This record gives sequence, structure tokens and C-alpha cells, in this order.
Amino acid sequence: MRMLMPEDGTRPARALTALRLTVNNHPGVMSHICGLFARRAFNVEGILCTPLGGGAISRIWLLVQEDERLEQMIRQVRKLQDVLEVLPYAADEGAFTGLDACVEGWERGRTLLA
Amino acid sequence: MQSMSGAELVIRLLERQGVECIAGIPGGANLPLYDALSKSPAIRHVLARHEQGAGFIAQGMARSTGRPAVFFATSGPGATNTLTALADAKLDSVPVICITGQVSRPLIGTDAFQEVDIYGMSIPVTKHNFLVRSVEDLPRVITEAFRIAASGRPGPVLVDIPKDVQTATIVLSTLPEPAGPDPVEPPDAESLTRAARMIDEAERPILLLGGGVAASGASRAAFRLAERAGLPTAMSLLGLGAMPEDHPLHLGMLGMHGARCVNMLMEECDLLLVAGARLDDRATGQVERFCPKAKLIHMDIDQSELDKLKQAHLGIMADAGTVLTALAGLVALSERREWLARVAECKAAHPLLLPGSDDPRAPYGLVRRTGEILGPEAIVTTDVGQHQMRAAQAYPGLRPRRWLTSGGLGTMGFGLPAAIGAALANPDRPVVCFTGDGSLLMNIQELATAAETGVNVKIILANNNGLGLVQQQQDLFYGRRIFGSGYRLRVDFPRVAEGFGVHAVDLGTSRDPLADLERALLREGPCLVNVPVAAEENVYPMVPPGAANIEMIGGEAHAHAHA
Repeated sequence: MRMLMPEDGTRPARALTALRLTVNNHPGVMSHICGLFARRAFNVEGILCTPLGGGAISRIWLLVQEDERLEQMIRQVRKLQDVLEVLPYAADEGAFTGLDACVEGWERGRTLLA
Repeated sequence: MQSMSGAELVIRLLERQGVECIAGIPGGANLPLYDALSKSPAIRHVLARHEQGAGFIAQGMARSTGRPAVFFATSGPGATNTLTALADAKLDSVPVICITGQVSRPLIGTDAFQEVDIYGMSIPVTKHNFLVRSVEDLPRVITEAFRIAASGRPGPVLVDIPKDVQTATIVLSTLPEPAGPDPVEPPDAESLTRAARMIDEAERPILLLGGGVAASGASRAAFRLAERAGLPTAMSLLGLGAMPEDHPLHLGMLGMHGARCVNMLMEECDLLLVAGARLDDRATGQVERFCPKAKLIHMDIDQSELDKLKQAHLGIMADAGTVLTALAGLVALSERREWLARVAECKAAHPLLLPGSDDPRAPYGLVRRTGEILGPEAIVTTDVGQHQMRAAQAYPGLRPRRWLTSGGLGTMGFGLPAAIGAALANPDRPVVCFTGDGSLLMNIQELATAAETGVNVKIILANNNGLGLVQQQQDLFYGRRIFGSGYRLRVDFPRVAEGFGVHAVDLGTSRDPLADLERALLREGPCLVNVPVAAEENVYPMVPPGAANIEMIGGEAHAHAHA
């Protein structure tokens, strides 16, 4: 699941924060986290999720706009039972723009499966 | 080594958690659980007539005991029917555990018969939920469900168990130890010192107690602090009973239908000390104008409640009992004569008015008389509407864990099944359910459960043949256009009750209503008391939705302008 920056490359109006989450890795975690943001009408600009170590836990990066509600969102995320840690970092969209280059190989080299 | 099925394991774990009664309804996907339950010597099953009813029966048990209560439902419609009871428990922080059957694992995701994604659907209305993917996960999941439901700010947990997980065999050498709540962490010492100093320096402080004080068993700690520091004490709807009403520092309920003097004094206070209340809009009115002159000390076990709606000058994340006890030991002894004199003056000038208090056929009199007859031991449940607000305003001697009302979600249909649950968990206490005709109709099928179990539940039906609180808003704020809120058909509730096997009394046709009320309340077993009331009678005072609390209308001592 990935939502990216505007295609024309314009910077979002507000500063960005990246939330680094460490979570238990099972099929429902993403829906707990995304549901929390969705029902509080807090937009997530980018999501990256990768398994850590043996796959029992995952790292999720959420790129969000800074907003006066952000502290409340962080407190809500910390309440989720499967979220082990939340660390906020000042961020830019760099990692996510770079991501396009990373997946370019998939798009170019492989057959479209469906 | 013990070999058993997943279903047998679940029942064993529930027994070890001390569960004595489970409300629920069986169906295709939870029959293995029911088969295992049938062999339990320790757990009684109560067959509800609707899964929402089962959920509220569990809530009645949990709210009245403070311990997690369990209910069962099958997959599909059984599971979706639990959602309102779960949402209600989430908003009022009630520890219930809903165990649903799910279609077998190979069928999940195939739109199988009675398959719904209850895991996905219940995410926003539970504290946490589980879809059990393997029988090996059951020991951890069931104990975790109890730990999570009861820890910190309590809440509902849903455990969805596929049928083939229930029937799978598991071999265990030992069963996990029963889980209890996590230990509470002590509040930050520096914040406590600051809070004590702010209380000592305040000239016009008010203490506000919420449902968290009741949940934490902290009412004694609260009024010790109030007594020591001279704090007039208000309560939210869910906090009612935390301080007895005959206590000299007792103010009463704040908010939309609170006493005028409470909302007025909130306007004057210079320090608001909030314990275990989340400052919901029904309590604060327009929040920007709530306690405009006050500094705020907000104490809650849930950190996300601090600064959520109103920025606190000092937020303390702590269990209400722990923090109130600690503060009582830190504040200076204070008589606060000037402020308490002003409070007494305001209470005398703007008291809560309860017209018709003596007449058992008047809305307030019905509440007062019922309370006087039942005495201080009774458990009170309500449905949602005018009767609920009147019970909150007028019932004599409410106490924590004996006042069960749907505050956050405001669920019509809560009262009767919650009363059944409270009666099942407290067989030595009388239970009274104040309801209205609109609310009662929303879970009226549970009259059958009441009759079948013979619970000592008295249903006091203030019957205005309509949705009274809706009509009140239409009357006051929609140009008196009463639309879609009155019933054209008048239900014969005494006959309906008798059809369910529940004894019924009609005070409308009674020659001696007080004697008939007393006889009905004191007889054993379930009983319905129908009391016709005028649809035009509004509940006052009332803060218009969206307005500041100080803009309340009606309920003035000098006139009945709106009555």
C-alpha cells in the first residue's frame, strides 16, 4: 500500500513528519493503523512497511503532515495493542520519491502479471 | 499432557478466569463452543433473544462488578448484532469480551454462508480484537483478551474463532495462568506537587469526577481530597454517585441537563480539577467556552484523553484512585470559606427543580418514589431519553457500580438487558430499569430472557408514546414541528409484558398508584410498571446542542417559562 506525493512534484504546504512504528506482524495490523487515521480524517501521505528480523515484527513508516492534531494521533497510535513503539522524526518526501526509482526495475524487467 | 478441542480449551480458560455466567445465542459457527459449554460445571449460560441483548447483559454484569464479562454470538448476523453493544462498551470503557464463531478457515474470504469480516468491522468499536488463526494461539489470545479488557482504561475485546479452530485438537502440558489487569503505574511525583500547589493557590476550585472514578473505585479517595482541600464536587453522567448527594461539598451533575448552579459555578471557577472524565460535549457544552476563567488539571489513565478536547495546564496520566489519594496527602487543609459561601448561595438560588416529586405518576415523582421504596441497595439502570435524564437528576442515593447508563453512545435499548445482567451478577440486590416506550421497544425481546431467568428486575416505563427527547428538541429548536417522533399506534405494554410472562402493573388505571408501585417493586421476579406521562413535558434545564453550558434554558427557580 503506497500513497505518493503529488505527481507534479509540488511540496506539500506543511512540514512533514515521519512516524517510525514497530509493530507485531500479522494480517490485521495495517488495518488497525490505517483505520485509526482514516476515521479521524488524518491523511497519510506515504506508507512503507517491511518485516524485521525473523518476521515476527514489522517496521512501518508513516509520512504525515504536521498538524496540531499530530500529538493526539501519536497518542492514539500508541494505544494500539500491536504497536510496540512510535518515534516521530522530522522528514521530507525524499525517501518516497526515491522509492519510484527502486521499483522501476520491477516495472521494467518483469511481465505484468494481471 | 491433556488433549482437548479448541472449544473445550476456551471454556476451561474462561472457567479459570472466574467467569460464572455467559449470555449469548448459539448458531452454526459457534456450536462447538456451546457443546463444550454444556459440560462446564462452573459456567451458567443465559440464552438472550438477540445478540445485542447478550452484549448488554454482559455489560450489566461488567458495569456492576467491575470485572470483565463474556458473551457469545455466532458468525454473520450474530456477530454484526453485537456491534452496537461493543461500541457502547468502548465509549463508556466497559470490560466485556465478545467471543464470536467464524466460518472455518478454508471458507474465510469466500463469502460463505453467514460469513462476515467481524474482525474488520469491530476494529473501530473495540479496544482490541483477535481473529484466531490457529488452535495453538488460543491460550495466549484468551488470556490477553482478559488482560486487555481490564487494564488501564477498560474496554471491549472481540475474539473471532473459526469453527475448525474450535474443533481442532490441542495437547497442552499446562494451562496459562488467568490474566488480570496490568499493575497501575504511580503518577509522576513532580506533577503531583505542582497539582497540589495549584489547588492550594486556587481561590475558586471545582473538582469534577467522571466514570473513571467509579471504574477505579476511587470515590472515597475523591471525597477525602475534596474534604481536605474544600473542593465543591461536580459529576459527569457516568460519575454520578461518586460523591453522595447529602455530602456538603456535593454539587451535582454538570452539562446539558445538569443543575443550573453547577453550570453557573463552572463559569466562575478558577481551577477545574478533572478526574476520570473525558470532557465530552454533552458535559462541557461548547468546549471553547467551558470554564473560561479556569486553569485545568486533567487526570486520566488514558494519556490520549489529556489535551484531546481542552488543553490542560497540567495533565497527569494516572489511575484516578492513586492520584486522588496521593493529592489528598499533599494539599493544604483549607476551609475555603468565601468560595464555599458563594457556592452555597448559588445552590440555594439556582437549585435543580424536580416538580411533582411526590406524585408517583409524575415523571420526577416516579423516579423519587421508586428510589425511596427500593432503598439504598438497589442497582439502577436506564435506557436513553428523558427518563434517563430524570433518573440522573432525581434518583436518590446513586452509587458507583449501582448506576448503569449508556453515556457515550446513548444507546436506546440498553436498559432492560443491562438490568438483567446486573441482576444475574448481583442476585441479592433489587435492580430497577428506568425506561421509555421508545427505548423499551428496541430490546423488548429480552423480556423473555427476564421471565425465563426470573431475575429480580423492575422495569419502570415512563410512557409518552413517542420519542420524548427528540420531540423536546423539535419543540425547542425546530419551530415546534414534531415530526416522525410520535407513535400513531399505542402499544399495550402491560399486555405485551404479560404475553412474555412478565407481571405488569398499570399506574394509569390504578386507584392507589403509590401502593401499587410499592407492591410491584417489592414482589419477587421481573415486573413492568407502565406509567403514562405527558409527551409535552420537557426535561430542564437544557443546554441547546452546540451552545455554551451557561446558555441553558428552563429550570429557573422563579418561573416555569418553558415548562
